[in-house]
Amino acid sequence: MGKIPTKTAAEIALMRESCRIVAEVLALIGFRIVPGVSAGELDVIAEEYIRSQGGTPAFKGYGHDPSNLFPGTLCVSVDDEVVHGIPDGRKLQEGQVVSVDVGVKKNGWFGDGARTFAVGKVLGEKVRLLRATEEALAKGIECARAGCRLHDISARVQEHVERQGFSVVRDLVGHGIGRNLHEEPSIPNYGTPGTGPLLKEGMVLAIEPMVNAGSYHVKLGSDGWTVRTRDGRPSAHFEHTVVVREHEAEILTHHG
Amino acid sequence: MAKQGPIKVDGVITDTLPNAMFKVSLDSGHEILAHISGKMRMNFIKILVGDKVTVELSPYDLTKGRITYRYK
Repeated sequence: MGKIPTKTAAEIALMRESCRIVAEVLALIGFRIVPGVSAGELDVIAEEYIRSQGGTPAFKGYGHDPSNLFPGTLCVSVDDEVVHGIPDGRKLQEGQVVSVDVGVKKNGWFGDGARTFAVGKVLGEKVRLLRATEEALAKGIECARAGCRLHDISARVQEHVERQGFSVVRDLVGHGIGRNLHEEPSIPNYGTPGTGPLLKEGMVLAIEPMVNAGSYHVKLGSDGWTVRTRDGRPSAHFEHTVVVREHEAEILTHHG
Repeated sequence: MAKQGPIKVDGVITDTLPNAMFKVSLDSGHEILAHISGKMRMNFIKILVGDKVTVELSPYDLTKGRITYRYK
């Protein structure tokens, strides 16, 4: 692990463009999430939109194992799937929660964002889970200020999630982002306040709490990608790409 | 897309403490407290300040870990 890079204003302007496409894809997909639509159809819509904006899907062909690269534009993770679900022909059903994660590369710079949507009407626990995860992301972003420590973000997310009786996934973390999809630092969603590297203006971070309704243990599916909760209970995932600023972080993947 | 968490990381011993505990400065810059794994204790592997080691981080607390390997 090395130093955490900071980006210049010109570089951030380029990332803002990639992140704009990310935010718009998520908004677009949000309108299409209804019972009966398949993950594969959403994937096609997302890819067409990204290409129409001059970007390329960042996840397609991503991976460490050349024989099993990620095949989709979106990660579509339903109910107990935490992240990295492969979009296929499965149809979404009323009452499910579905996490959609999208990455865009344009002009050599990446943007990354995710949110969990409810399919039709969902029941109590899932509603609370989505709300808690989204709030935890907002709280974490509040800590992404110059002069704070990296794990201030982690601890804030963890505290908010655990106060509601949910748990944060340990095995997967947020990350720095820029010319690469994954850069330094790793951003865990749990930790001790006041520790970790010092945040500086111009660092660009993808903060992404993954929150399980039950225990934080996860397992990797046989496809080599899909991460599921070990206890089979639902999970939610929200993510923004943000720039560390002096007073308040700038959210690049904010829509509208 | 989420990144695989830091389960194993490399670092350098900066201080030896009582009870086979060590301070390890990780390549990422932070300093953590680590104990030595049981297997390394059985094989009587000595660890000194300045040694390069691999640390497994605790899933509960990122400031604590377990030393599982000492580089020669």
